[in-house]
Amino acid sequence: MKISGSQIIIEVLLEQGCDCIFGYPGGQVINIYDALYQNQDRIKHIITAHEQGAAHAADGYARATGKTGVVLATSGPGATNLVTGIATAYLDSVPMVAITGNVPCSLLGRDSFQEVDICGVTLPITKHNYIVKDVNDLADTLREAFRIAKSGRPGPVLVDIPKDVQIAQTEFENKKPEPEYEDPKADDSQLKTAVEMIAEAQKPYIYCGGGIISGDAEKEVMEFAELIDAPIGCSMMGVSAIPCSNPRFLGMQGMHGHYASSMAQAEADLVIAVGARFSDRATGNKQVYVRNCNIIHIDVDDAEIDKNITSHLGINGDVKETLAKLNTMLSKQSHPAWTAEIEQLKAKEAGMVQKSEVMTPYDIIETVNAKMPEDAVIATDVGQHQMWVAQHYKFEKPRTFISSGGLGTMGFGLGAAIGAYTATHKPTVLFTGDGSFGMNLQELATAVSTNAPVIVVLMNNGVLGMVRQWQTLFFNKHYSNTTLCRQTDFVKLAEAFGALGFRAENTAELSDALDKAIEAKRPAVIDCKIDMDEFVLPMLPPGGSIDDIITEIHGGEI
Amino acid sequence: MERYVFSILVANRFGVLTRVSSMFTRRGFNIDTLTVGETESPEFSRITISMRGDEYSRTQIIKQLSKMHDVKQVQVMERDETVTRELLLIKIKNDSKTRQDILAAVDVFRSKIVDYSPDALCIEITGESSKINAFIELVKPFGIMEICRTGIVALERGSHCLNSDTAHK
Repeated sequence: MKISGSQIIIEVLLEQGCDCIFGYPGGQVINIYDALYQNQDRIKHIITAHEQGAAHAADGYARATGKTGVVLATSGPGATNLVTGIATAYLDSVPMVAITGNVPCSLLGRDSFQEVDICGVTLPITKHNYIVKDVNDLADTLREAFRIAKSGRPGPVLVDIPKDVQIAQTEFENKKPEPEYEDPKADDSQLKTAVEMIAEAQKPYIYCGGGIISGDAEKEVMEFAELIDAPIGCSMMGVSAIPCSNPRFLGMQGMHGHYASSMAQAEADLVIAVGARFSDRATGNKQVYVRNCNIIHIDVDDAEIDKNITSHLGINGDVKETLAKLNTMLSKQSHPAWTAEIEQLKAKEAGMVQKSEVMTPYDIIETVNAKMPEDAVIATDVGQHQMWVAQHYKFEKPRTFISSGGLGTMGFGLGAAIGAYTATHKPTVLFTGDGSFGMNLQELATAVSTNAPVIVVLMNNGVLGMVRQWQTLFFNKHYSNTTLCRQTDFVKLAEAFGALGFRAENTAELSDALDKAIEAKRPAVIDCKIDMDEFVLPMLPPGGSIDDIITEIHGGEI
Repeated sequence: MERYVFSILVANRFGVLTRVSSMFTRRGFNIDTLTVGETESPEFSRITISMRGDEYSRTQIIKQLSKMHDVKQVQVMERDETVTRELLLIKIKNDSKTRQDILAAVDVFRSKIVDYSPDALCIEITGESSKINAFIELVKPFGIMEICRTGIVALERGSHCLNSDTAHK
């Protein structure tokens, strides 16, 4: 039977198990929207306030579930509005398919109304992209897009579909999704070398990245850690992979990492990096990072091995499979002296807790943490609040921490939280700051229109806190353009959007507001005032190393 | 800094050259020469890129290229096991005083004159880059009007072919 390109899109989405997409209509996707209208009982579409929000929502949907997120936008500005969202997904290896409409093939290349070469624009920020100029290629191209997005190291794929291809008709037959491309397999001799290196190590340390979560290898890592008697740290992307209640887990390492994990890494004689990429934020100064230790690097993406740091042993393979195999080859190790050293580091860190008269970010996080079930989804924006949450929220389940790591996209959180809620229907909280929230707060409209009861916990300090922190420490307190002087009333703002608005000056008020928001099952904004001079600590100064770790600041002096 | 020649077998599709070349730009590797053309199979094109870099760039380039969906095979061409050629077209001032010297040079370098006009000569020469460079140096005093080089093309010596191990993709 002949069907149109637009109908083919819907059929392939359904074939691929996609039940919900995010997007925004426009002139060059109007045919696809007509097909969505005709299939509204089969596939859900969520319209956001801005295409960027839709891209972040598809991303949040994917991060929370592991399924491929799908976003749809029109040509030109619709497509360019996706760019930040696609780049965010690319840097954090999130499986996503972005579908854009374009002007009819005959008008391509003539600067037609709302025409943009979106394939050209997104070339460096997609795993792959396509423009489909023949309706006969459409179904297989979309299928291939899904396959690429999910295979190996996941990532976003864009498919640009000119309007005449959406209209044209062709024969269509449903096909089962192809299996993912096969992952590289670790070499046996390398695994043997790994076992030998581990046996020789006295102070092993495991550094987990986001690959543990996307590779579904949480159980294998924990088994591995038990076997080799090692502590576990992680990059920000690895947060939530290991339950915070696991005594081996030391938390995030790096620029704003936990004292214990950063110190343990520095003391270790063997670092085993799994599904991580040694980002500059996770390592600080690379020369110092590697000075005392051997490095085993396990990753599904061969190009990550020896890219940022030269490893002593690089193993290119799926992390789950590789660890499972290693676990069968290893004999139980025991490092009591190392364990004692780690315990001391943990004790020292526990003593660093700062108490204050006014409500601190830590108090806010603790209060929210106490009200939320273990499987609640915690999204963040980018900045100080993000680091505080990554450090202090007690994550127990993978995929519960949704945050923009590699790109550091302010304005990511609200769209992502809505996407994550849509996918999971689990209690969802967005921690944000007044800077980040200001970037995409129009998505409150989406939360209201889709009944997504996201609770926005706004850490409001009236400044761009992370930049201010740098200005305090490294720019002689020249607060250039980071003091916002805005007069936004966030309670009224929330109410104007049809959400609930609360103000919390202390933890009792916060607790009360949370109860009300949970009870009401409606989107809510809780405006929590915090001090503008709260710092994210510890901190490795930019380009600095563990030797330069800052754990205390008094009156803006290190 | 070493000189590396990469042979890359890619899907013969719209935009592939941009993908490959932009990876070099984006990751900060400088391309010296780039040639591209269809292969014995119309499904594939072959891109030959020469560049200068260190061992790190060499490995990164192979890995980053291998990751690309349209790239089927990548090989670094080892100097001793590779035939490399470049083609040069060069336009030189035609002057009765220097003509004989130019013709002698053309003869020695086994190049040929492909266009002749009262005030200009166009010469074609093929060879390794070093030969081309030497020829350009030699004819410089005669007055070079313009030159056009193709960049390196390369094939491995012996019977092994780049397309014989594309099975992995």
